[in-house]
Amino acid sequence: MKRIYVNEEYCIGCRLCEIHCLVQHSRSKKIIKAFKEEIPRALPRVLVEEEGPLSFAMQCRHCAEAPCIEACITEAMHRDDLTGAILCDEERCVGCWMCIMVCPFRAIRRNIEGRKAISKCDLCYGEETPVCVTHCPNEALVYEEREA
Amino acid sequence: MRRGKRNMRYVIIGNSAAAVGAIEAIRQYDQDNPITVVADEPHPTYSRPLITYLLGGLVSEERMLYRPPDFYERYEVEPMLGVRVVQVEPQERKLTLAGGGTLSYDKLLIGTGGVPFVPSVPGGDLEGVFTFTRWEDARRMRYFIEAYGVRQAIVVGGGFIGLKTTEGLLARGIKVTIVELADRILSASFDRTASHLVETILRREGVEVRTGTTLQEIIARAGRVDHVILREGERLECDLLVFAIGVQPNTALISRGTGIATNQGILVDDYMRTTAPDVYAAGDVVEALDRLLEVRRTIAIWPLAYRQGYVAGCNMAGAEQEYEGGIPMNSVEVGGVPTISVGITDPQEDGYEVLEEFIREEMVYKKLVLGNNRLVGAILIGDIDRAGIYTGLIRDRANVGGFKNDLLAENFGLISLPRDYRKHLVTGEGIVI
Repeated sequence: MKRIYVNEEYCIGCRLCEIHCLVQHSRSKKIIKAFKEEIPRALPRVLVEEEGPLSFAMQCRHCAEAPCIEACITEAMHRDDLTGAILCDEERCVGCWMCIMVCPFRAIRRNIEGRKAISKCDLCYGEETPVCVTHCPNEALVYEEREA
Repeated sequence: MRRGKRNMRYVIIGNSAAAVGAIEAIRQYDQDNPITVVADEPHPTYSRPLITYLLGGLVSEERMLYRPPDFYERYEVEPMLGVRVVQVEPQERKLTLAGGGTLSYDKLLIGTGGVPFVPSVPGGDLEGVFTFTRWEDARRMRYFIEAYGVRQAIVVGGGFIGLKTTEGLLARGIKVTIVELADRILSASFDRTASHLVETILRREGVEVRTGTTLQEIIARAGRVDHVILREGERLECDLLVFAIGVQPNTALISRGTGIATNQGILVDDYMRTTAPDVYAAGDVVEALDRLLEVRRTIAIWPLAYRQGYVAGCNMAGAEQEYEGGIPMNSVEVGGVPTISVGITDPQEDGYEVLEEFIREEMVYKKLVLGNNRLVGAILIGDIDRAGIYTGLIRDRANVGGFKNDLLAENFGLISLPRDYRKHLVTGEGIVI
């Protein structure tokens, strides 16, 4: 399957990926509305880590053997038959945080605004390319199919 | 997919996480031979941990299912639900069912789970006294709560199951008193500081916590539970009482002479095989490898039941797979404060190093336990964001000596890990560094 790959030496730490991810997962998908008017504000599903000159963006790796799916007590966390992406049906999620406990990438966040559920990368389901990749100015994020 | 001859039958006793793991594994490697699931509960496979959410009205009955309604059809499984197995005869490769029928197998998985531990207390069989491990228990409790307008409840047991039950009752507006035999709640998974912090949070939610005591007697009025007398003579009123102490392996089927060795639970090797030929076991009924302590013991948690079932299923279908061992871990939210514990959290022996951060006014407590420069345990209260990174380090027995001072730093993340370890984490799966 196509996955997002990270080239940490190219990341400039601009956090545009976080901003575009947030907008993509907002209700309006419009940047000013998403930040100014939508309450609660959508959460970005990608996180830029930064330490000194080093930075990289991290989102769900869509693991071949996914501990989050095994830990999920509701089947909210599942693999999409069509794309192989790991998706969470947020309506089914009860917010037990078992997936957060087992994800070694810290790619899953609590969303406690409104109904409790987790929030994670869905590879911008329905889009050709995830928006974090399209908006990365230095190709630190790429989206491609590679041999395992 | 391998297409083989229909020449053998898989039988699975039990229909929960271990059974589902086994079915999904078997069908990866064998699409032909029949699988039969026999379970005494009448429901299609459902999520046992959700019963506390069902009790609290936080999930609907429809959302209890652990797999879609067409699961058995899709995986070509013959479900025999509501059918009790009364005897296992490995010499004959057959099961005897309640009512006298028999069922032959070539490969058998025992996934009978746990049975609630109930102390012997006078009045323990009164109406309004419940154990709480099954869908049916949640239904009966909900009915009882509505029929009799339950307003106050006693939860016996201050472990994870007790706390989850408490959360369910609180969600229904019921006042709860927890009675715990140990001198603190969560004594099996938390240290003293964490236990006391959670007790503080519970009290803030209006929960009464009685530790270091137990029930002397449960007293009825008009045929239903009315109050209890504690060991010291104190009287506590209640309209409902739940035993939520924990479960013990359900080995009732494994009588002597079956050739299946048991201790507290069924003994299994690294392939989830029991001591009887072609008989496997998985889930809360087994004593399997503890990855940290390197002993075999029961760790009754959902993800491990699935994993063990999956490993058993692979081996039953002839695709050799080793069980890498499990780590005890749990996640429970109390009064809106998330808590997670993983591994060895309160070692009593020498030779461990402890890193801690405690911000009482924010209800935040983090503790990491290191042994020989390896992370072996974690307690996280209030801030669980990095729980999975710690769990990964524990599971991988990674040497954290070089960055242990960063482990509790505010900006600790994957970026703090050595490049080689980061690379190992993601090899072939997504990140290039």
